Amino acid sequence: MTTSTKTRSRAGVAALATAVLLAGCSAGSGTSSDPTTPDGDGATSSGGTGGDAGGPSDETVRVGLVAEPASLDFTTTDGAAIPQLLLDNVYETLVTVDQESGEIVGALAEEWEVSDDRLTYTFTLKDGVTFSDGSDFTAEDAQFSLERVSTDAWTTSLKAQLDVVESVEAQDDTTLVVTLTEPSNSFLYALTTRVGAMFDTEGTDDLANTPIGTGPYTFVSWDRGSRIVLERNEDYHGDAPYFGTVEMHYFRDANALNNAMLTDAIDVVSTVQAPESLAEFETGDYQIVEGTTNGEVVLSMNQQEGAPLADLALRQAVRHAIDHQSLMDTCWAGRGTLIGSMVPPTDPWYEDRTGDYPFDQDKARALIAEAGAEGETLRLRIPTLPYAVACGTVVESMLEEVGLQVEVDELEFPSAWLETVFTNKDFDMSIVAHVEPRDMGNVFGNPEYYTTYGTDQIRALLDEADTASEEEQVAKMKEAAALISEDAAADFLFLLPNLMVADPDITGLPENAIKESFPLAALARG
Amino acid sequence: MLLRLLHRLMVLVLSVLAASVVVFAFMRVLPGDPARVALGINASDAAVAQLREQFGLDRPVVVQYLDWVRGLITFDPGIEFVSRAPIGPQIADRLQVTLWLVVCAMILALVLALPVGIWMAVRHRHWDGVLLSALSQVGVAVPAFLAGIVLISVFAVRLRWVPSGGWVVPAEDPAGFVKRLALPVISLSLVQAAVLARYIRSAVLDVLREDFLRTARAKGLRPMQALVRHGLRNAAVPVVTVLGLQLATLLIGAVVIERVFVIPGLGSLLLDSVAKRELLTVQAVVMVLVVAVLVINFVVDVLYLVIDPRLRTAR
Repeated sequence: MTTSTKTRSRAGVAALATAVLLAGCSAGSGTSSDPTTPDGDGATSSGGTGGDAGGPSDETVRVGLVAEPASLDFTTTDGAAIPQLLLDNVYETLVTVDQESGEIVGALAEEWEVSDDRLTYTFTLKDGVTFSDGSDFTAEDAQFSLERVSTDAWTTSLKAQLDVVESVEAQDDTTLVVTLTEPSNSFLYALTTRVGAMFDTEGTDDLANTPIGTGPYTFVSWDRGSRIVLERNEDYHGDAPYFGTVEMHYFRDANALNNAMLTDAIDVVSTVQAPESLAEFETGDYQIVEGTTNGEVVLSMNQQEGAPLADLALRQAVRHAIDHQSLMDTCWAGRGTLIGSMVPPTDPWYEDRTGDYPFDQDKARALIAEAGAEGETLRLRIPTLPYAVACGTVVESMLEEVGLQVEVDELEFPSAWLETVFTNKDFDMSIVAHVEPRDMGNVFGNPEYYTTYGTDQIRALLDEADTASEEEQVAKMKEAAALISEDAAADFLFLLPNLMVADPDITGLPENAIKESFPLAALARG
Repeated sequence: MLLRLLHRLMVLVLSVLAASVVVFAFMRVLPGDPARVALGINASDAAVAQLREQFGLDRPVVVQYLDWVRGLITFDPGIEFVSRAPIGPQIADRLQVTLWLVVCAMILALVLALPVGIWMAVRHRHWDGVLLSALSQVGVAVPAFLAGIVLISVFAVRLRWVPSGGWVVPAEDPAGFVKRLALPVISLSLVQAAVLARYIRSAVLDVLREDFLRTARAKGLRPMQALVRHGLRNAAVPVVTVLGLQLATLLIGAVVIERVFVIPGLGSLLLDSVAKRELLTVQAVVMVLVVAVLVINFVVDVLYLVIDPRLRTAR
């Protein structure tokens, strides 16, 4: 009898070990993660671009997504899933980006004036706007919200975007004056992102669970692990959205998400995770939306001193060795846009830089010889994300064709990848999509960042671009993008497509996902 | 008898303790700083340090362990790093979902396996017995998640009889509940039924060869009658053992099935929490699973003593 007890206890331990292992594996193969989730797009709720398909109804729309927010508080928690859900839907900003023109337009601010020295911004706020808890939105709330960004209450480093703010002052209920320490082009743009979200002075006690904003929708409930429900804000100051209720359904698995669409359990797939699965929807029963995002898929190259890729010639060889079109065809079903630099076509300073390093294996071999790196082994350490895994093998075979050795390691995302690549910089190359809007400076302007670029020259250029006039800014940013490309600071594999599937009669879907939010107020059934 | 029970109980308590040490240690060696993962790549180092301090991650490991065990004993496993949501109620919610799955799957497996297993044994020399036996062998080899994927593509995507996944509370929508429960329960129970049927078959076959059954038949009982009157109780001992083990594997199998069917049970909580490095949640869920498995083993031991009087005195 004692022996059989032992056997069974051992089985128990085995079961435990299996549980832990399973947990490890499945989390590792997880499909959902922030970098693959393009941000929503800016059909501005106040701009009146949507929601006018026959007036409001009591209908519910069910949207399927892959990344569930970890919390509802984007002031302390990172990740694209939270602003995607809450920004422009529950929280609003003073200004926002217009989807059509890409220009910055008023949202909670009706208009604004910039002083001649470009240091003082005077915003005139909309009157009669209320928060979902019933209190009025005034310049005092705006002052509170903007000042709060620089306090310890905000913990994500995105708060640095408002470092340029010297003071904020509510002159009266509808006039807000913001003074900057130096002229900054990125300041107004920053206000369209999460750091510009307007909070109620009395409404920040429990942001992680109870968001209070002025937006067209209010937060109702969250079944953790499956669903978040929003309801129309009946006191909304703008046009009432068409759908009375929005249910956000979260799926960790791309197949489960597709199945839910195929079985009519949801009405919209906000992001198709596996482009090859689109075939299932090409039957005519669904509408497929394809546009662009801000998600540059970057093949980063560790150029710290002593690393093989510190050699410019070798980095250039890598860029020449990769046939980008065939790579995108193989690993992302040909969906996406070739960019050649860190700028998506929806930014004002976009230039087609795909010609900088045309596919040329002979040139690549010559550069490798010049670097004396024939047969050198490079460690390609990629996160376990669908695009990274799919593209990793293609990069591997393309580099091996020109005589380099590539050792591919898949690191569980986020934890293992963050520690090994991001924090310890123990890698030669990696593949990650950078989805933040206008993130060229963040990713390539800091030598401490995992991309290890951030030369003095590029930093000076980025600074000049920010303080220059708006026209000069465009020219300087173009110059910076060109410099990053020529220096082969990284290789830019392609820009992730914005792929959506929806019921055929759903309107107001954002074609290009260029904002942090997924604007729900524009959705309608018509 | 009492002494044996006490002994078993002690083994149970010691196993739980040992498991808690293993689970705690396991979590500490996983790569990735939970605070860094929680706050994301854009967090400042100061914020990460602040979170570590706030959740006591900077304290000595032994202190952290003791603190955690104290929390477990009082059913308060703490709050999550990121969402700040208390973990206890989440586990309670998710456990209910998983229990529905596991209990229904176990019942269905038993209902399928008992008649089939006995039939296979009694008819083991006939074509139908052999055929069933071969079929059950196939069933043993099919993983539950594969069964789940096939069932989804046929009954949900193609035929549209049931949803492909999701969950509703039974009280809110009983019909929807049954529809959503059907496929995951079937995929979980098919394998279990196949395994169970094979065990029942061999247990019954063993009993059929026993002298007392031959005597019963000699007295004029037909094979089935003899089996039902004298044999099944004896066949039950090995079957109960397997049942206990299977209940444990079902719990673990449910982790995977929940993923396939998008069911917000304990398994999906575990997977999500591992990905997010919510250490405290992972630890608590794994402990719930471990304790469940150990308690099942304990109950099996006790059942032994109840079913088979011979074991009460043997030592």
